[in-house]
Amino acid sequence: MSTTVTRDDAHGGGGHRDPGGGRRLPLRSVLIWTAVAAVGAVAWTVLALARGEAVSALWILFAALCSYAIAYRFYARFITYKVLRTDDRRATPAERLQNGVDYDVTDRRVLFGHHFAAIAGAGPLVGPVLAAQMGYLPGTIWIVVGVIFAGAVQDLTVMFFSMRRNGKSLGQMVREEIGIVGGIAALIAVFAIMIIILAVLALIVVNALAESPWGVFSIALTVPIALFMGVYLRTLRPGRVLEATGIGVVLLLLAIIGGGWVQESGLADALTLSREWLVLALVVYGFVASVLPVWLLLTPRDYLSTFMKIGVIALLAVSLLIARPVLQADAVTDFAREGTGPVFAGSLFPFVFITIACGALSGFHALISSGTTPKMVAKESQIRLIGYGGMLMESFVAISALIAACVIDQGLYFAMNSPAGATGGTVESAAAFVNGFGFDTTAADLAAASAAVQEPTLVSRTGGAPTLAVGISQIFSDAFGGGLQAFWYHFAIMFEALFILTAVDAGTRVGRFMLQDTIGNVWKRFGDLSWRPGNLIASAVVVGLWGSVLYIGVTDPLGGVNQLFPLFGIANQLLAAIALTLVTVLLIKHGKARYAWVSGVPLVWDLIVTMTASWQKVFSDIPAIGYFAQAQRYRDARDAGELLAPAQDQGQMDQVVFNSTLNGVLQSFFAVLVIVVAANAAVVVVRALRAGGLPTTEEPATPSHLVEPADLFATAEEKRAMAEHRAMAGAGEGTWR
Amino acid sequence: MAVTAVREAVVRAARGVRWYLREFSGESRWDEHLRECAAHGHQPLSRREFERRRSDALERTPLSRCC
Repeated sequence: MSTTVTRDDAHGGGGHRDPGGGRRLPLRSVLIWTAVAAVGAVAWTVLALARGEAVSALWILFAALCSYAIAYRFYARFITYKVLRTDDRRATPAERLQNGVDYDVTDRRVLFGHHFAAIAGAGPLVGPVLAAQMGYLPGTIWIVVGVIFAGAVQDLTVMFFSMRRNGKSLGQMVREEIGIVGGIAALIAVFAIMIIILAVLALIVVNALAESPWGVFSIALTVPIALFMGVYLRTLRPGRVLEATGIGVVLLLLAIIGGGWVQESGLADALTLSREWLVLALVVYGFVASVLPVWLLLTPRDYLSTFMKIGVIALLAVSLLIARPVLQADAVTDFAREGTGPVFAGSLFPFVFITIACGALSGFHALISSGTTPKMVAKESQIRLIGYGGMLMESFVAISALIAACVIDQGLYFAMNSPAGATGGTVESAAAFVNGFGFDTTAADLAAASAAVQEPTLVSRTGGAPTLAVGISQIFSDAFGGGLQAFWYHFAIMFEALFILTAVDAGTRVGRFMLQDTIGNVWKRFGDLSWRPGNLIASAVVVGLWGSVLYIGVTDPLGGVNQLFPLFGIANQLLAAIALTLVTVLLIKHGKARYAWVSGVPLVWDLIVTMTASWQKVFSDIPAIGYFAQAQRYRDARDAGELLAPAQDQGQMDQVVFNSTLNGVLQSFFAVLVIVVAANAAVVVVRALRAGGLPTTEEPATPSHLVEPADLFATAEEKRAMAEHRAMAGAGEGTWR
Repeated sequence: MAVTAVREAVVRAARGVRWYLREFSGESRWDEHLRECAAHGHQPLSRREFERRRSDALERTPLSRCC
């Protein structure tokens, strides 16, 4: 951990230092980076020009990896050293305020793992799957370009400004640096957006588990497995986390295998749950999980989901290289141009950029990049690795998900992802439906696909998770052989459901904390986190809110994913707009207006996308797109005593009218909140530009006594400095370098 | 020669993985506690008590998990 030995600054005095910057690159580096750029350029060219021939999915992988490498090496370095001017002679909050709990100097590689585990969840897996209805190219371009110029920039810069303010949260920074009006709007936006996100995540789990006894059995078993681990770590073998996690993972695999037997047994009927029952189960689970002590359920479940997450992603990357699948999707489909796709409505612009939020630009990350992670950073420059690098890694996950969706048969893809109202629910009607788009998928093909993964049906299994699981199971069986497709399918479902449930537990608790904190301003007792009734009420409110949205989504005759996913994507990116606004304001207040484009350009892009999408979702007179137009269409029909498909009775007509109106109201509400923040920020920007900068709440510099490398690998110079420092500190640090 | 070099590299890599997993999972916190107590001449807590305090501290810090 941190040492307290005083040591002269390793880097010498005088200004900040940019390792490598301003100097000429050595010939070896020039050659390496030229090669990386050349491979990337070839990969992008193949993707862009190939039409009507077999294209290997590896081209997507190479195009992405080469672009990431160049962006990390050059653009991230430019932002870190030239724009933000990180200063490693300055002590970070972790060093100054070290308390071993939230402020804690953490090895950069370990913190990278923690940060990645915190930001990456189901989002980057689901969005790209849905966006695949427009072909592989739009999604690939947006994921890669978006992360480089928007998503990773947001994570890095928010982390920097929070780190310079002792790890303040996004909401706090908006209030203090932009204004009270913007601050309140941001606070409400964060809370409301979190509710929507929790509901949509839960909806994905419900859709993946409904009518699937195998899935229900293995996911349900994760609860006792986590409880067992919790008790094990509390009483039997305190602190042996790796041991407990190892046991947990083995039990998890047994639970998946056991699910296969259960499905064949008499228990199958008892475990075939309807969507409504699953909603109830999730709501009860979410409430209980959020009020139980964290050691019992939340922490052990988080160990499981984190190790599974990293393991599966690594496995997927390896098996893609072994299986080398061929893309089945077109580069750009007709739905991209016409906006009439069955998975979600709307044309390429703006809806690809909305559907893929996580993996390209995710506002939710701003909540983790402020607050949690910056309190653990050892050296300022390390935020390039943790903030920018962590987001590149999430983007890679999104690319893998996109590949998985694009390598399966596309007739099957559309049969799985179109709402039941469109496919009719049976293999025959679904085959007829997708063949209307020009595919030649037969009912027998669809039946064979579900038999291969041993699911009762794959028709209209919307939400992205089942599609991803089919893709993953296909890639894994191709890579490793053995005819284990059904096992891999349920393994993938388990993997997604596991960390969605972790996000639901953790999100409910965070929501509870936020609610208690906010209401605590007016009713002091309620803000006391150890006051039991306060906990229970706040948890019930949070669970009740997302549970209601979930129920509405699950029972929506038009399909919950089709209706709610755009709301989720737009909400997430509106949060990004708030974060990028804050960063732009801060750059200008710090007198760095000439660099304001770094966050300003992605901000303007994000505002154009989200406001266009919000406008269309609210004001479009095409019922499939505009929420209010849709409500009006069903209201008119209802008043005329007619039934409009897919509604089957008067009750469902009423439901569509209510849901569409509610979604429209929420959509407008989010957009207005962001406009309030942006307008408040504009006032501050004008003042700051006139004054050439304004005072901010940045903490004054304190000299650092830590010696740590700036990047993933220590340079020779850094290794020397660390060895020298260790020698002066006396005893070895006991850490592996 | 080459065999020893390979073996050394493998041992080094395995040690690295073990170090990372222990740091990442927080298991190494206990070693730190022992080290710090030894350095300052304090009596260390029991493992049970130490882990209990650590997990109870988590109760008040929200675990952030994103979408």
